Amino acid sequence: MTRPSPDGRQLAERLRERDLSVAPAVLNLLENRTGQSRSQADDLLAAVSPAALGGETPGHVVGLTGPPGVGKSTLLSRLISAWRADGRSVAVLAVDPTSKRSGGALLADRARMDVDAGDRAVFIRSTAAGGRLGGLAPATRAAAAALSAAFDVVVIETVGVGQSETEVADVADTVVVVVQPASGDVLQFLKAGIMEVPDVLVVTKADLGQVASRSVADLQTALRTLDARSAEVLAVSAVPPATGIAELVDGLDRHRAGLDLARRRTRARRMHALADFAAEHGERGLRALSGRREAERWLSAQAPGLDVPALTRALEERAGR
Amino acid sequence: MRTYAGHSDARRSNELYRRNLEKGQTGLSVAFDLPTQTGYDPDHELAVGEVGKVGVSIAHRGDMHTLLDGIPLDQMNTSMTINATAAWLLALYIVAAEEQGVEQKKLQGTTQNDILKEYLSRGTYAFPPGPSMRLIADTITYTVQHIPKWNPINICSYHLQEAGATPVQEIAYALSNGIAVLDAVRERLEAGGQTDDGHLMGSVFGRISFFVNAGVRFVEEHAKLRAMAELWDELGREHYGVTDERQRRFRYGVQVNSLGLTEAQPENNVYRIALEALAVTLGRSARARAIQLPAWNEALGLPRPWDQQWSLRLQQILAYETDLLEYPDIFDGSKVMDGLVAELVDGAREEMRRVAELGGAVEAVDYMKAALVESHRERWRRIESGELTIVGMNKFTSTEASPLTADAEGGILRVDPQVEADQRAALEHWRSERDQQAVDQALQELARVARQDHENIMPATIAAARAGVTTGEWAQTLRDVFGEYRAPTGVGDAPALPSQEVAELRGEVERVSEALGRRLKFLVGKPGLDGHSNGAEQIAVRARDAGMDVVYEGIRLTPSQIANSAAQEGVHVVGLSILSGSHRELIPSVLEAMREAGVDDVPVVVGGIIPEADAAALREIGVAAVYTPKDWDLNRMMRDIVALVAERHRAGAAA
Repeated sequence: MTRPSPDGRQLAERLRERDLSVAPAVLNLLENRTGQSRSQADDLLAAVSPAALGGETPGHVVGLTGPPGVGKSTLLSRLISAWRADGRSVAVLAVDPTSKRSGGALLADRARMDVDAGDRAVFIRSTAAGGRLGGLAPATRAAAAALSAAFDVVVIETVGVGQSETEVADVADTVVVVVQPASGDVLQFLKAGIMEVPDVLVVTKADLGQVASRSVADLQTALRTLDARSAEVLAVSAVPPATGIAELVDGLDRHRAGLDLARRRTRARRMHALADFAAEHGERGLRALSGRREAERWLSAQAPGLDVPALTRALEERAGR
Repeated sequence: MRTYAGHSDARRSNELYRRNLEKGQTGLSVAFDLPTQTGYDPDHELAVGEVGKVGVSIAHRGDMHTLLDGIPLDQMNTSMTINATAAWLLALYIVAAEEQGVEQKKLQGTTQNDILKEYLSRGTYAFPPGPSMRLIADTITYTVQHIPKWNPINICSYHLQEAGATPVQEIAYALSNGIAVLDAVRERLEAGGQTDDGHLMGSVFGRISFFVNAGVRFVEEHAKLRAMAELWDELGREHYGVTDERQRRFRYGVQVNSLGLTEAQPENNVYRIALEALAVTLGRSARARAIQLPAWNEALGLPRPWDQQWSLRLQQILAYETDLLEYPDIFDGSKVMDGLVAELVDGAREEMRRVAELGGAVEAVDYMKAALVESHRERWRRIESGELTIVGMNKFTSTEASPLTADAEGGILRVDPQVEADQRAALEHWRSERDQQAVDQALQELARVARQDHENIMPATIAAARAGVTTGEWAQTLRDVFGEYRAPTGVGDAPALPSQEVAELRGEVERVSEALGRRLKFLVGKPGLDGHSNGAEQIAVRARDAGMDVVYEGIRLTPSQIANSAAQEGVHVVGLSILSGSHRELIPSVLEAMREAGVDDVPVVVGGIIPEADAAALREIGVAAVYTPKDWDLNRMMRDIVALVAERHRAGAAA
């Protein structure tokens, strides 16, 4: 690098002071795969862990996912405006699918978001999913954990339905799935149990009127039959005049307020450690842990306050690596 | 016969028009600057560096009055290249005529008024598709009823070819666009309670004209025009019940291709232009109504009056010296021509069906944009591989020094930078002199009408023009009601074309990315109002194919937006593309914004129509490399960029 590599602990310190300008450097470090950067990143994560902070990071981690073309970016633009109007700082981690053949990716989400470039309290970072369609980029979990120390809201935006929200559910405090009216996919996936029930379902294009309200009703019926009464279904229109945005903001806050945060975050850290372990040691590593399920079971018996690097090291020791 | 002209302010353009009319030009073709085209006043942040650059700046009726001063509008045929803000400029024209004592019903001319090609290629849109189509439908219904000799829309296939369209795509997308416009008009007429007595749609159909492109493959290009005429006639007959044959005639004007014009050995462009002109004049049954020829040096910069005169003379030689106009259709009965036409008609029908299945041209913008980017990529691949010969560029490249480009300015026109400051000052003066209460009322009324889906926007727009409203105020009022819009970039996930060179590039990108610790990340940015994004899109796609993570946000970005993205995204290199000639103002602003954002260590490369003297100045202030149209080998450019990043990070530069 032309400028000296930042120190993980210093970055964490600035995050804890809610210095938002440090976000790009934090992401540059967390995305970096060189050995030196990995150990700095471990220092950073340890420094924003509950043990170091005396509690969970205050930011609300929201996962936003849905099929392509459903209007996630437009919706997110409106949400950002609403949060900003409320004085909240927002970080967006936009995960784009990677073009598999070349390893390169066109990161276009940013273009679809209509935000004030001069607003220093909004941070947007696009990353490629790293080859796994609909999956998260390797650094996204770490970035969510780190940025939630400084930002009021951290949004993880991904494309897809059926699988991606499962991964997002491992990271986010609140999972939002966005669907278009009259598109049956989500309904089918829910009924078939392919898809885990999200915390909030958003039906876009409420300006379509009846079509949208019928979709809301259909989803509510499906959720009742699945006995998932806690999930909320909301209709919004993100095109002017936008409607339903304030209700969505309230719905997200309501979910977060009713959440056992420590429990959710503990699970997030365990899944994060397992993902890092799997990325590093692959299928063979998982077999040494007697498979993913067994590893999850073992993790659930570990101390809740352990940070991600510690959990990953524990997994490696257990696997004899 | 006319040349597309206008620059700086209204007074200077007025002088230019009067000179051109004296030289035998028979009409006006007005070029507006980008702020006017996109609905911003000269003092708006986005207008910086663009005022008076690619055309004249018109901010209010006073400017329009000056522009047309001493030119009798009852005798003039005026073509205005204006789209997103067409309703507004038409209103200003009507008011300027009023001030000359000319009734609107006597006016003749054309507003380009075609928004879909702005989304697909040219980039000077202002509002989302729905409201934009409504503005188009409103101007059409208004002019059909009040300015019967006006061509309210000029559907452009021209820019589709510039964006890479094949002849089949050019025909299909242009005609699908025509269908979308006609359907929008029909819908509004019906919603407004005007039942069609059969004549109204006929007169609407008859007022729609086209603006096509003619490339250097002039035999096929001529066939393309015959195919369009055939399909248009059929559409009128079968879909819109137009019984009058004259109303179904395919009326088109033409600007010959600039895509094929080269920066290398630019004098050869004169031959290309002459051959392209033949494509649209050879056969009488598909002959252009109006021809506009580009200047030989368009790929270098803004043409001077002398360059434009040279183009006009070519048209005059064709018309007055050759025997071209003396015969009936010379392809009548030609098997070769008929076969070519049939092939294009079949292909176009198929593609039109696909667009219709997607819900029509408005809904299919994403699809068409992606298809064009793909075609352009294929064209570029053929140039790079040598399958497609371009004389002086990828073949026969050795050359003597050209005396035509030898003068200090490199043979192009420079707009006086003082123009922008003058226009700002003049605008401030205009605002202070007008009746503000009348302006406020006019804008309130405009907003009210805009919210009423079924009311025509034109009367309120004309009233606003009279009241002294400015271009920026008119557009902002509508933006507030309609919302802002960003067109698709078309750079999706199409698979990369396998080529040895790209594979080698990937190897280099992988190696440098490994050394960096994360994937090489490249920001491609288009600062300013210039909407010509074809080049930037090709760069973005190639960089992606080469294995980079590419951040591309589309057109119309402010320097601070670009700097902010570079910082937040943690990119290793920034590429900026500017074709409007405003690089001298915008590039330094981007560098300054990057300094403020703390990312001045990120190298910046620049591409565009940039004269060598300017390129040197840019390198002087810290730009790492400058690319111009003669750097057509994208792989070489990518290699440079990878090496640049490697060098800055000492990350194992490529061998």
